[in-house]
Amino acid sequence: MSHAPTGTLEIRTSPHVLSGYSVDTIMFNVVLALLPASAFAVWAFGWTALLTLATAVAACLATERVAGRLSGGGSTLADGSAAIAGLLYGLTLPPGLPLWMVAVGGVFGLGVGKALFGGLGMNPFNPALVGRAFVQAAFPVPMTTWVPAFAPERFAALPPSTLTPPFTAPVYDAVTGATPLALWKFERVTVSASDAAMGFIAGSTGETCAVLILLGGAYLVARNMMSWRIPVAIFASVALLSGALHALGPDVCPPPLFMLFSGGLALGAVFMATDMVSSPMTGRACVAYGVVIGVLTVVIRVWGGLPEGVMYAILFGNALTPHLDRWLQPRVYGTRAEAGS
Amino acid sequence: MRAGGLLGLKTFRHGVHPPEAKDETRDLPIRRFPFAPLLVVPLVQHLGRPSLPVVREGEEVLRGQPIARPDGFVSVAMHAPATGVVRRIALTPSISGRMVPGVYLEPRPGSTQEVMDGTPCPPDASPEEIVTAIQEAGVVGLGGAAFPTHVKLAIPEDRRCDTLLLNGAECEPYLTTDHRVMLEQRDDVFTGIRYLLRVTGAERAIVAVEANKRDAAEHLEKGLPADLPVSVEVLRVKYPQGAEKMLISALLGREVPSGGLPLDAGALCVNVATAAEIGRLLPHGRGIQERVITVTGPAVRDRGNYRIPIGTPLRFLLDHVGTADDVGRVFLGGPMMGAAAPSLDVPITKGTSGVVAFTDAEAERTHRHVYPCIRCGYCVDACPMFLNPQQLGQLAAGQEYGAMADEHHLMDCFECGSCSFVCPSHIPLVQRFRVAKAAVRKAAAKAPA
Repeated sequence: MSHAPTGTLEIRTSPHVLSGYSVDTIMFNVVLALLPASAFAVWAFGWTALLTLATAVAACLATERVAGRLSGGGSTLADGSAAIAGLLYGLTLPPGLPLWMVAVGGVFGLGVGKALFGGLGMNPFNPALVGRAFVQAAFPVPMTTWVPAFAPERFAALPPSTLTPPFTAPVYDAVTGATPLALWKFERVTVSASDAAMGFIAGSTGETCAVLILLGGAYLVARNMMSWRIPVAIFASVALLSGALHALGPDVCPPPLFMLFSGGLALGAVFMATDMVSSPMTGRACVAYGVVIGVLTVVIRVWGGLPEGVMYAILFGNALTPHLDRWLQPRVYGTRAEAGS
Repeated sequence: MRAGGLLGLKTFRHGVHPPEAKDETRDLPIRRFPFAPLLVVPLVQHLGRPSLPVVREGEEVLRGQPIARPDGFVSVAMHAPATGVVRRIALTPSISGRMVPGVYLEPRPGSTQEVMDGTPCPPDASPEEIVTAIQEAGVVGLGGAAFPTHVKLAIPEDRRCDTLLLNGAECEPYLTTDHRVMLEQRDDVFTGIRYLLRVTGAERAIVAVEANKRDAAEHLEKGLPADLPVSVEVLRVKYPQGAEKMLISALLGREVPSGGLPLDAGALCVNVATAAEIGRLLPHGRGIQERVITVTGPAVRDRGNYRIPIGTPLRFLLDHVGTADDVGRVFLGGPMMGAAAPSLDVPITKGTSGVVAFTDAEAERTHRHVYPCIRCGYCVDACPMFLNPQQLGQLAAGQEYGAMADEHHLMDCFECGSCSFVCPSHIPLVQRFRVAKAAVRKAAAKAPA
């Protein structure tokens, strides 16, 4: 026997279907895409890398929770954005960095870089990079002291610097490495691009294995959760500019492949510059933003005082984002000058 | 610039891909529907002025007999959906939630499906005669907008329509009425096109069909009349392909200027089901008293495509097809642009292309937690008008409606809902724009001339 419905009808405005994408599913997938590079970091640098990542994530989550409570809102941990900021921040730090410094940067990045601006969606700068920029400025020596990758005792003991008590200076082993970019900057030595791509080099916790980072990025692009234009524009502009400079003389600039696979370029281009909140939205603005970051990276690496420039290039790109979005709006349908022809 | 697409199929740029949900009804032939014990025929079923009743309470009417005449040019006639007695001429419920003038008609028990004929209008009648015949037949756009068809066919002296586009895209999920009409009423479609070509003076007609209805496209192609300049074009499946502006850019590579009409791009778009009705009715001088509707959705038992008398209340309709116990939402039209029914007393009108019922579980899928905007840009990539819904949404939150209209082309939004569909923060963008557009119109009406 058929019958008409008797319950209450809900009146809602269209659309009555949604794509199913949600902020938390996007954030979850970004974490998923970061897992291979994170696992590699632990394999390459040992327990100290795991502790660095865990401390960074914990500091960011705690800050997000405290900020949420202070602002009178509920918990925002479930949206996943604080966890990503923490993980990304941890991946940019040198392994062996004293954990208290890791925590300080995490609290600063999340607190000043995000919560102070109003939380999710409001931060003009990538909170992970704000945190890193802070520790870079506050602790320049530990931030440029590198534990070698694949040290034989990496799963047996922690580097002495890791557990330095708060507010004291860390002590390092005699054995510290140098990143390929520092080697080039200060000694004009280049390592092979394939070693750099595969991650058999010293560097920040999660930046060394470009291949796995690109894999994670490809996954996100395939799921339509990342703008492919941004990393492509960054890589292309770095390759073209460094190629041109390298042609002027190998002492001016290292070869393009080396530039692409060394330092934080892959991690920055794929996971940092593409942070949705602090990157542009329109297609053309994304390309312009990528080019700005790529060019600035090469400029800082080649002529700046620091061996690495990705972080500052991206922060500068973040600052330009609102302007790029405004200048490079899409052309509205039907507003062509010769419309109708 | 003509936008190409995958597999070389034509399409427009941007847009979204909602789940099609057409499989359950696409192969079901159109079935007749019984008369409800009381039919509710609103006199406002179209955009424009309400029709004026020409019957009295207590009067006996024949099925197909005119019961209301157009009030001015932007208005249409209305016909009795059944043989019976006019019980009342009073306010009737409507989908908007407002009460509108209408006619309550009680079909005579055992009344047949026979229809009263009027004065036939042959395909070789003059364009003016055809325009009048279409108005007298009560024809409105059956795709959902319900704009009086004859109004757009009256082409001003200084305009020219070179191409007539027949919209068989049916890009809304769930709906399969145009699909069935193309398969089952091919001759009506071509007869309708014959009338329309004569009225508009267009050089050619193109029937646009999305690639998920290839069987309909092939069926039409096999029956193309040799003496008509008609072709069939298969388009890529993408929402909102069926919007006039998207059809024009996909098929002709032209853009309708902002604030303009399709005629400004030399084209005219008519829904394929509207053309079929014109082809079916005009040769007999009849009027619209029923229409093909897809009744479907997870909460409907006997899903299908039905030819349903205008004025059938939703309660009778859902009772006839049977529903699940927990119907949570009923909406008329497709899920992207359809309006939720405020009550089951609302009747079917000429603009109703579908009746979709969701269970509570389906309805709850749209109860998503609203996050702050994360500037993902999905809406920017979805908007077929190349607006910036993110920016418009921020301005709407601050009620800066003037800036939205003056600087960000708010009034070009045709409310397709693509932005809301993709938003991972579940911000009700299109609803904000509806509110903003209404506010802008109100302000413009108030402003001194």
